[in-house]
Amino acid sequence: MAEIMYWEGIQRAHDEEMARDPLVICMGEDIGVAGGTYKATKGLYEKYGPLRVIDTPISENGFSGLAIGASFIGVRPIVEIMSVNFAWLAMDQMFNSAAKVRYMSGGQLTAPVVFRSPGGTAHQLGAQHSARMEKVFMGIAGLRVVTPSNPKQAYGLLKSAIRSDDPVFINEHELMYNMKGEVPDEEYFHPLEGSEITRSGTDVTLFGYNITVHWCLKAAEILAKQYDISAEVVDLYSLAPLDRAGIKKSVSKTHRAVIAEEDEAPVGVGSEVIAIINEECFFELDAAPVRVHSALVPQPYNHKLEMAAIPDHEDVVNAVLKLFGKA
Amino acid sequence: MKLEDKKRVLREMVLARRFEERCYQAYIERKIGGFLHLYPGQEACCFGVMEAARPGHDYVITGYRDHVHAIKCGSDPKEVMAELYGKETGSSKGRGGSMHIFDVKHRFMGGYALVGGPFPLAAGIGKGIQLKGGDEISICFLGDAANNQGTFHETLNMAALYKLPCLFICENNQYGIGTAIDRSTAVVDQFKRVSSYGIESAQCDGQDIDVVYEHARKAVDYVRSGKGPFFLELMTYRYRGHSMSDSRAYRSREEEELWKQRDPIFIVRDRLIDAKVLTMDEYHAMEKEIDAYIENEVIKFAEESPEPDVKDLEKYVFA
Repeated sequence: MAEIMYWEGIQRAHDEEMARDPLVICMGEDIGVAGGTYKATKGLYEKYGPLRVIDTPISENGFSGLAIGASFIGVRPIVEIMSVNFAWLAMDQMFNSAAKVRYMSGGQLTAPVVFRSPGGTAHQLGAQHSARMEKVFMGIAGLRVVTPSNPKQAYGLLKSAIRSDDPVFINEHELMYNMKGEVPDEEYFHPLEGSEITRSGTDVTLFGYNITVHWCLKAAEILAKQYDISAEVVDLYSLAPLDRAGIKKSVSKTHRAVIAEEDEAPVGVGSEVIAIINEECFFELDAAPVRVHSALVPQPYNHKLEMAAIPDHEDVVNAVLKLFGKA
Repeated sequence: MKLEDKKRVLREMVLARRFEERCYQAYIERKIGGFLHLYPGQEACCFGVMEAARPGHDYVITGYRDHVHAIKCGSDPKEVMAELYGKETGSSKGRGGSMHIFDVKHRFMGGYALVGGPFPLAAGIGKGIQLKGGDEISICFLGDAANNQGTFHETLNMAALYKLPCLFICENNQYGIGTAIDRSTAVVDQFKRVSSYGIESAQCDGQDIDVVYEHARKAVDYVRSGKGPFFLELMTYRYRGHSMSDSRAYRSREEEELWKQRDPIFIVRDRLIDAKVLTMDEYHAMEKEIDAYIENEVIKFAEESPEPDVKDLEKYVFA
């Protein structure tokens, strides 16, 4: 098993699938000649040429719609949207066309298209380049949403998304492309649905996804060492659908839950997980579930303000301590 | 167009007209719900273009005024009517409705209800054809008002840039919902707007099928030969309002009468009568026969078909 970077996992998935099937194509801003803002399509233009590795104009709704239309007749496009903030512009095509076409055509047409896009706060990118949008995507009927927390998932989820007959939105993170991790040497398909127990524990479940899984792991470490609290970390790599069974199973074991999201409340992964806990295992709870989330502000530029706006592992630790009456 | 073809097309156009008028009646009777956008007045556009193209082979995509385009591509009128009735036997199994007729086996890729939404989808179908190497073309029928959406400009740019086999048909009926084109659009000649993308274009009468056909033939040949996209603007008029909830307060009855003088069906009919291959009696007999077919087969099928089972509510959301 080789250790590679998150972007390398994404690049490898593209390369393998494009080598296998001539109808797998990729498109987006600067992905071809320039090699991709996050290097996720590095080397593909040279290998597969301009007909299959398409540098698009800066027309997010237009090129997303073009990808969807191509997917109607058997093409498998992988669309990179440079920042999830720009995906707002493409939502008309993503939601009105890709997500709904199967239903409104009575199953005649499907849109097997993959959209990948990084969200999240990086380094002082300001209000219009720092948004998280998973909460918007996860509420759309007909759209799958997955969000990789490590290189193995980045590789395996994209592989499965390309093969899926449904449209899939892959929520990546600006700060994770250079993260290293082990990825199987052989071909690997990560399931698009479910969740993963990343660290086993008995006293509280920390639900995370994407970058917040790492806050949860760090928090679990601190809780174990300094407070003798055994935290279980559950990675919700699938946000749509959320893994009801996995959520129920873990909370039924630990009886306490904290959900960590970088997205701002109200409305989000946290509120949905809490709703599922209420529906599935309310009477298993020893304490009311808590969510850790960003402040409801457009992301500020000033670094101190920026850090104050988003949570981190310390906020997760504090939320757990409150549950145990220790803070 | 040959006389025998024209005679066949006249029959198809009358069927399309009577189908739409029967929809109107069914809507009043509340058999059809939702929004209903009818096509009478614009028939020469769809039929003229599709006679020049290859229905069932070329891909067609359009907006929400879509019943007639689907039928011309090969859809069974019974299935289209059943869709309007919301029945399980409808073209979209009752899940789509009037604005979302689909018939993929006849390469009718759907009716879409966001104005301008099909533009990039049409380009994508063109991209798929380009990758797969077929001789099909992608035909996008939309109204003039769609050209004020960003998707129009984004799509034309990409279609020209990637040299996609797309034929954009602009059915310019001169109103965007209830706003006249000169009150919504700075340049009213739509074909002029595409020249900034280096796309070949033309404008012609959309009421006379011979004129439409001649222009469409050149446009289809151009696109099919791999030269890239073409934009054809057809000057036409819808007799009814934008949808059934439209009282047509924004235009005069005199203007409507003026356009009805150039009815696309009567133009073909009179030309066939002049050529002595049709008599007025034959025409009236054909109308009666078509009305009987619509009543006894199309409406009967829609009326008698079952509704979808509520237990199948979530079927077709995911593959």
